[in-house]
Amino acid sequence: MRWIWIDKFIEFTPRTSATTVKNVTLAEEHLHDVYPDFPIVPHSLLVEGFAQTAGILVGEARNFAEKVILAKVSKATFHRLVRPGDTIQFAAKIDQLSEQGASTSGKVTCDGELVAEIEMMFSHIDQNMAGLEFPEHNFVFTEQFTELLKGYRAAGAVAI
Amino acid sequence: MTRDEVYTKVQGVLVDALGVDEEEVTPTATLKDDLGAESIDYLDIVFRLEKSFNIKIPRGELFPEDLEAVRNDPKYVANGVVTPEGLAEFKRRMPYTDFSEFEKDPQVEKAATLLTVDTITNYVVAKVGA
Repeated sequence: MRWIWIDKFIEFTPRTSATTVKNVTLAEEHLHDVYPDFPIVPHSLLVEGFAQTAGILVGEARNFAEKVILAKVSKATFHRLVRPGDTIQFAAKIDQLSEQGASTSGKVTCDGELVAEIEMMFSHIDQNMAGLEFPEHNFVFTEQFTELLKGYRAAGAVAI
Repeated sequence: MTRDEVYTKVQGVLVDALGVDEEEVTPTATLKDDLGAESIDYLDIVFRLEKSFNIKIPRGELFPEDLEAVRNDPKYVANGVVTPEGLAEFKRRMPYTDFSEFEKDPQVEKAATLLTVDTITNYVVAKVGA
């Protein structure tokens, strides 16, 4: 199973904001782990979907040169559950961006209804304060993430 | 803006960034030990201060970086004690910190106690000219 919690971008404004969509299906194993006989998307995976949306936005802001990792969930408030058949929208914006990292915030919605409000921070781990070193290649932005953005940018009718 | 006004706003920033109660944020409270700040929190504090006071905080100007290099240099720290050269180096990197207590017993393991709420207030006061 791939660790990807967003299906496509529907909006992307570099260094500013991004919106993605994820369709929830009963076939997803993780929905069945929380409550017996009542599948829901766990809150942790809503946070992960938002983090992937915001993380790609932050990574693209510096041309994917930085290893961007989720470092802090400052706030996460949940208003309703997400069920199979729902379509989730993750809308993230960059509040502040620097050499060392970024702070982001945004909303998670389903069919216009507010599901969650999240604020989170990302770190550019190669720019860490302690001078720690990490592998040279960018292990964060694998093809599965960069292809999502390429797909959005190349959107339009695909000739078959 | 007076120093008191700066302090009140700094208090608010630390409450938001660190998730602590206002009563815990006192002038001499240490960021790491008393308020539980971790490395990402220092970046969060910088962002919030920049927004709250409409100032720019260049990297390393408020919170010194790469202190490990100083700690591991035998010229600056010998047998767990900060040497006079080491103290000068710490002071150079942390110009807004009060070293008077630390100087009485300069054990390097107590260096984390140097960054206090007052360090931030002193820095902002200098930046905004309060």
